[in-house]
Amino acid sequence: MEFETVIGLEVHLQLNTETKIFCGCRNHQFGSEPNTHVCPVCLGLPGSLPVLNRKVLLSGIKVGLALGCEINTFVKFDRKNYYYPDLPKGYQISQFDFPIAKKGFLNIKVDDGEKRIGITRAHLEEDAGKLIHDDELNASLVDYNRTGTPLVEIVSEPDMRSAQEAYDYLTALKLTLTYLGVSDCDMEKGSLRCDANVSIRPAGQAALGTKTELKNMNSFSAVKRAIEYEVDRQTRIVISGGKVVQETLLWDEAKGTTHTMRSKEEAHDYRYFPEPDLVPFTLTDSDINAVFKELPELPYVKLFRFKKQYGLNDYDAFILISDRSIADFFEKCAVLYSDAKKIANWLNGPLMKELNGRKKSFSQLSLSSEEMTGLIRKVEEGVVSNLVGKDILTTLLDTAKSVNAIIEEQGLAQVSDDAALIRVVDEVMAANPKAIAEIKSGKTSAMGFLVGQAMKKMNGKANPKKLGEILKGRFENV
Amino acid sequence: MNFYNLTAHELLSLLDQKKVISEDVLKSLKERVSLVNKKTNAFIREPQVSSPAKGAFGIPVGIKDNICIADELVTCGSNILKGFRPPYDAGVVEKIKAHGSEVWGGLNMDEFAFGSSCESSFYGPTRNPWDLERVPGGSSGGSASAVAAGEAVWALGSDTGGSVRQPASFCGVVGLKPTYGRVSRYGLVAFGSSLDQIGPITKDVTDSALLLNMIAGFDKRDSTSVDTPVPDYAKALVKDVKGLKIGIPKEYFIDGIDPEVASAVHEAIDILKKEGAVIKDISLPHTEYAVATYYIVATAEASSNLARFDGVEYGLREVPDRVRKTPLIDMYETTREKGFGDEAKRRIMLGTYVLSSGYYDAYYLRAQKVRTLIKQDFDKAFGECDAILCPTSPTTAFKINEKVNDPLAMYLSDIFTIPANLAGIPAISIPCGFDKKKLPIGLQIMGKPFAEETLFRISYTYEQNTPWHLERAKL
Repeated sequence: MEFETVIGLEVHLQLNTETKIFCGCRNHQFGSEPNTHVCPVCLGLPGSLPVLNRKVLLSGIKVGLALGCEINTFVKFDRKNYYYPDLPKGYQISQFDFPIAKKGFLNIKVDDGEKRIGITRAHLEEDAGKLIHDDELNASLVDYNRTGTPLVEIVSEPDMRSAQEAYDYLTALKLTLTYLGVSDCDMEKGSLRCDANVSIRPAGQAALGTKTELKNMNSFSAVKRAIEYEVDRQTRIVISGGKVVQETLLWDEAKGTTHTMRSKEEAHDYRYFPEPDLVPFTLTDSDINAVFKELPELPYVKLFRFKKQYGLNDYDAFILISDRSIADFFEKCAVLYSDAKKIANWLNGPLMKELNGRKKSFSQLSLSSEEMTGLIRKVEEGVVSNLVGKDILTTLLDTAKSVNAIIEEQGLAQVSDDAALIRVVDEVMAANPKAIAEIKSGKTSAMGFLVGQAMKKMNGKANPKKLGEILKGRFENV
Repeated sequence: MNFYNLTAHELLSLLDQKKVISEDVLKSLKERVSLVNKKTNAFIREPQVSSPAKGAFGIPVGIKDNICIADELVTCGSNILKGFRPPYDAGVVEKIKAHGSEVWGGLNMDEFAFGSSCESSFYGPTRNPWDLERVPGGSSGGSASAVAAGEAVWALGSDTGGSVRQPASFCGVVGLKPTYGRVSRYGLVAFGSSLDQIGPITKDVTDSALLLNMIAGFDKRDSTSVDTPVPDYAKALVKDVKGLKIGIPKEYFIDGIDPEVASAVHEAIDILKKEGAVIKDISLPHTEYAVATYYIVATAEASSNLARFDGVEYGLREVPDRVRKTPLIDMYETTREKGFGDEAKRRIMLGTYVLSSGYYDAYYLRAQKVRTLIKQDFDKAFGECDAILCPTSPTTAFKINEKVNDPLAMYLSDIFTIPANLAGIPAISIPCGFDKKKLPIGLQIMGKPFAEETLFRISYTYEQNTPWHLERAKL
């Protein structure tokens, strides 16, 4: 029997506002001493009350608009009641029946073009604290620094049909969210967390199969592996005549397997009800329009524009837009230098290699568009070779010197002087009679060898084009 | 001189004229507490006095033990908050301190304000100064008893369904529940968040206005507090009700109401009529659903508000002798089992039930709808009148233990006070006579949102025509 996989994802995103969602505590507390970013409100002390951080609301609207959602103008919060030591009030303030955003979508790339993944809803809520299990004390300790960190939970429709699509959805979602600048989207730090709802059904069947929920994946590839594992597990169960049980499963990264966290029977009754401490209010159209105006150009819009405006192919354009700061840099360069394809080649090739080698993001470097295009120009004008150009880029990033200064100081300018080049060509020809014989017998590939030898003699500074011309001329004259 | 019998405004005037110094007032009050608190049990603990207050309002304010004072104990009359000292002042405490007044914490109360008799406190029942065999009402029984016994000149209580007004009525003092949002709830340990409001309990209407002046106003830390100007309530103390339309709701004069209470209220109506008020019969048709609605909304919110008392962060933590389920669940269960009294457990269970999946629509959602209807009753009534007048409670103070085993009978003690909380409107209880047993009777006046001034005007006019507020319990 053929099975179809059905996947829906729930993504929790920590927003990077200055302060927490319901109090004035600083929100950037990752890696701080435990319980140093807390106050009576986020500690849930008796008598304390929440006050909504307006910036959190604006970020929520931003996320909603970027995902093509309708914005609920009626802003209301609810209490989700459950007991856990990291939840100081015994309830989480969340949004139940009026999520800030609903009914949106996100496009992902698939083989034959694009696929639209529906977004069911995005709602605002507060994060919980963290439990630290201390073996030495044989006790669990609670760190409340994280409590009250603003979260947006983004729930997708069950529209994904493979682990790869889930991976692509997360990649596209992260790209959009980083463009918005509302979160650093770092799964390792927990600022982006993902749970997956997975089920299978016989191909062609409309009704959904019984789903399981996967938790505890700490990277996009872990999400992919966990789903693959789960699909395989469910398929085996069904094929052997069993039934999939609705439950929540924890992914074990080390073992590459899942185990049961809680069954359906053990599921919480969260007893949602309206949060009486926060008065609901209504957003005006102008509130929402103000946020809309602040939205940056979104990645896929930029992709189409880059292809159209700069004549780039899909591959180049996609790499460029995959980092908003690189895309912006590309456009600055394109103002100064007209060959966009050349710029794209330099950014996607040598520059990307430098970034990977340094394990840095572009925004961590200081590279001006003037120097970048200046370098490209030197290479294109034949002042330096392509190879030397790459070395100059390295120096440029290391020292922040200008391209001109680097060329001058290190004497890197290409030799285009005919007399000097002819002299070297003659020396090389004299030293390599075997190659000359081969060329004469029609094996022109030996020509490259001679150029290489000449280049070596001139420490890479010979103008390769001129060198080639002179060599070629020698054989034509024969 | 016996300062304890005086009102705050009388003391302030003596202080102003330099006839007394605040040290003497404080000394006298402390002596009074030492003398009578063992009889009333109004204070759970002897008031902590730091230094004599200076400034215009140098009279200490008694504080119900569910309002936070920085670094002092706050018990809510419960064992579960054992040893807990909040690191911050409640909004009202801040304001009182800013006025140069002392705060005297530790006034007894029903556990977490769950009750109408002040009997459910972990620290023992408070007694009514007019008859020590009787309850002072609740839940702010400690506040009302202390003011009636002269242990506190004035005090703050909290009112979720009548918890300021009903004990004020039972103890022959004045109790005001301000409009929801008039006074900051920041630092008030929550019971029913959408109903709770802090209010003054005082010996007369003038003190009530002065104390409200001190505590009213917007607090940005409480999203439900309302940013609207605070008038000088003392200016509303005028003896003039001419032309004011006062509505008498027929639904509040029901069978089962004590005839002595009914006749006292009718006499009060006559006095106001004589003073020129226009008396109108009105109807609040959904009144009969108020108690049921209240016990769904209030317990639902309470069940969630009390979830934080779990033994993890502060207060009591208990673990069983042997492992029962898991160490964590064991701690939760034992802590809450030993920390909460019967009434608290009853309300947590009730509130949890009405919010449960499958029951939510039938109980909580329906109660919210009825709450809206009750509110609309008042909106409509206030189209015809400026204030509504009725008894505060159907009876005078009942005996200790009389209703402990009959929670439903106890709940009916708040039948006339609950609607104002559901509608969020202000309401005041003032003394309007005594029954044959010499137990105080309370008169309730309800007003439009933020129309506390109207309540003061009517109350003051009535008070100036009657001697009840001058009577003191003999202890």
